[in-house]
Amino acid sequence: MEMTIVQAINTCLIQAMENDETILCLGEDIGKNGGVFRVTDGLLDRFGEKRVVDTPIAESAIIGAAVGLATRGLKPIAEIQFLGFIYEAMDQMVGQAARLRSRTESTVTVPLVVRAPYGGGIHAPELHSDSLEALFLHSPGLKVVMPSTPSDAKGLLAAAIKDPDPVLFLEPLKLYRTIKEEVQEEYYELPIGKAAIVQEGEHVTIVTYGPCVVTVKQAVAQLQEQGVSVEIIDLRTIAPIDYETIIQSVDKTGRLVVVHEAAKTGGVGAEIAAIIAENCMYAMHAPILRVTGYDTPFPVSSIEAEWMPTVARVVSAVQNVMKE
Amino acid sequence: MWLNQSCLEGEIEMWLTQSCLKIDTASVLEEDCSLSESFLKRTATDEQCIEMYKHMVQGRIFDGIALKFQRQGKIKTYPPIRGQEAAQVGSAYALTSNDWIYPSYRDIAASFVHGMPIDKFFCYTMGKMAGQHLIDLSIFPIQIVIGAQFLHAVGGAWASKYKGEDSVSVAYMGDGGTSEGDFHEALNFAGVYKLPVVFFIQNNQWAISNPIHKQTASQTIAQKALAYGITGIRVDGNDVLAVYEATKLAIEKAKNGEPVLIEAVTFRQGPHTTADDPTKYRDQAEVEQWLTNDPIERMKKFIVSTGLWDERQEEELLKECEEIVLKAYEKALTIEKTTIPKVLRATYETMPQNLVRQMQQRGGV
Repeated sequence: MEMTIVQAINTCLIQAMENDETILCLGEDIGKNGGVFRVTDGLLDRFGEKRVVDTPIAESAIIGAAVGLATRGLKPIAEIQFLGFIYEAMDQMVGQAARLRSRTESTVTVPLVVRAPYGGGIHAPELHSDSLEALFLHSPGLKVVMPSTPSDAKGLLAAAIKDPDPVLFLEPLKLYRTIKEEVQEEYYELPIGKAAIVQEGEHVTIVTYGPCVVTVKQAVAQLQEQGVSVEIIDLRTIAPIDYETIIQSVDKTGRLVVVHEAAKTGGVGAEIAAIIAENCMYAMHAPILRVTGYDTPFPVSSIEAEWMPTVARVVSAVQNVMKE
Repeated sequence: MWLNQSCLEGEIEMWLTQSCLKIDTASVLEEDCSLSESFLKRTATDEQCIEMYKHMVQGRIFDGIALKFQRQGKIKTYPPIRGQEAAQVGSAYALTSNDWIYPSYRDIAASFVHGMPIDKFFCYTMGKMAGQHLIDLSIFPIQIVIGAQFLHAVGGAWASKYKGEDSVSVAYMGDGGTSEGDFHEALNFAGVYKLPVVFFIQNNQWAISNPIHKQTASQTIAQKALAYGITGIRVDGNDVLAVYEATKLAIEKAKNGEPVLIEAVTFRQGPHTTADDPTKYRDQAEVEQWLTNDPIERMKKFIVSTGLWDERQEEELLKECEEIVLKAYEKALTIEKTTIPKVLRATYETMPQNLVRQMQQRGGV
């Protein structure tokens, strides 16, 4: 069946909740309104107010109460309306949910899913477009899943729901309805922590994830015409990072470009570059390049398209590493 | 009696201010340790009175030894409970093993009453993981971040309600914590969802060096309940019977979907932790004044005057409590500290690639 990312996540939530009465969803406007992006549309009618809970506007309480629920035998799926609002809940996310297993030697675990849309491209108001994933990459105890396609979203959300540890499930809001593909209707899981090789290639590896996967695919189509063979890796999960897939690919190509929308310094790209520097130094033919957002807060909507990585910037970076 | 929104009915002419509220501090024991005429009535049996007294003394003996051990380097930083024994014991004593507590680092006597073995707390202060193996006792891991546990208690109470369990979640916090956003978000959620939760505040007058009047402009903490449509009560926190009776009634209310905020008015006789010197920031006169209202002395006077207790029993109790604490310390000494490989394994259910590599690279180092 053809589905968008919104439909894939919605279907996964329904199927998971039908199979497991301990699952409940909580968040702002997720009930009657179905969430601001309609991801939870229809859940309230199907499962009732006990399991689909509209909350007061209090991000710390959404995650903090979810930690309380998760540690007492339930499986909460909390929604933060936009990732840019998660700062309000940073202690509950990083100081509490992420650490409880470690600080109790696994006697307390937090099987919690936090869903949040992120990223630019829809001309949203301030703080609605932030890509903050790197904050959580640096927060041991959390998993951070960032699918870019409907079928990955469905399978990875199912895996996040089953996961015994807290998972931050980040949804690329720009792609919510722009991609449609055939998605398996039955419930299935895809492994967290496993990257996908979207396209095999010989000359250069591009590591990317989330909305930039689409940008990269467009750039690679142009590069192919110029005779450049690019291997595209969609990380799908940024914590934990799939070392093996990246290392294997860069060992083969000897060139690496990382593309993400989040700011450059201290980002996922920096981590990937460090992994490659530690493991593949002698295979490299060229310096590692990063194509990212700038080291500024996400800008106003009228210039966001220039701020986010563009096809032209990706093409140019690949051309640069190919000079070496 | 109980503070709820009906306290405001018919009183308000124009501006709503706290002068609209008349808030008493409920007690059971008068200053002369006779029973008071307040609405809180003693229901605790003689045996229960003695048991609570013993718990308080156990808490104080533990506290004294822990302080000494910290000075001797046997344990690390320690947050003393001296002065707060009645508030902690009276509240925890009103619970059953079905109920949960969500303690902060200072709620040691409350945790002992709820079943935490003393050696666990020694382990905690010695940096040993066993100190946080408390979940089987319905004790949530000791909270360090001020206020965060209030939201966990809300979630726990929500889980009880969801599953239809006969259980109340009790969250502990000091007066300083009531300035945190998590406190307000927790009370708000509890009110909206009518959860079986009791928020127990020990207003010990000081948050490290900051006195209560610099913490809040509210004349009481109890009145904050009204802003969230829940019930509040202010009790004499140095009166173990008042704390016990108030908590018992609050538990009943919470079970009926009426969350309660209890403010127990008490005093932190010692420093915030072994890392500060309170003479730097507070007047000795204030301390002296509160020492005349010591919670243990007060209860002792009551049980002695009613013939339930005598000096011989007191002597035996002190000896027994000390032995228990020393034995607990000995036990904590025998417990192994954790290892880096164990820590690496306990961050996720299954070790991810980065940790597997870090484990391998570590080798035998």
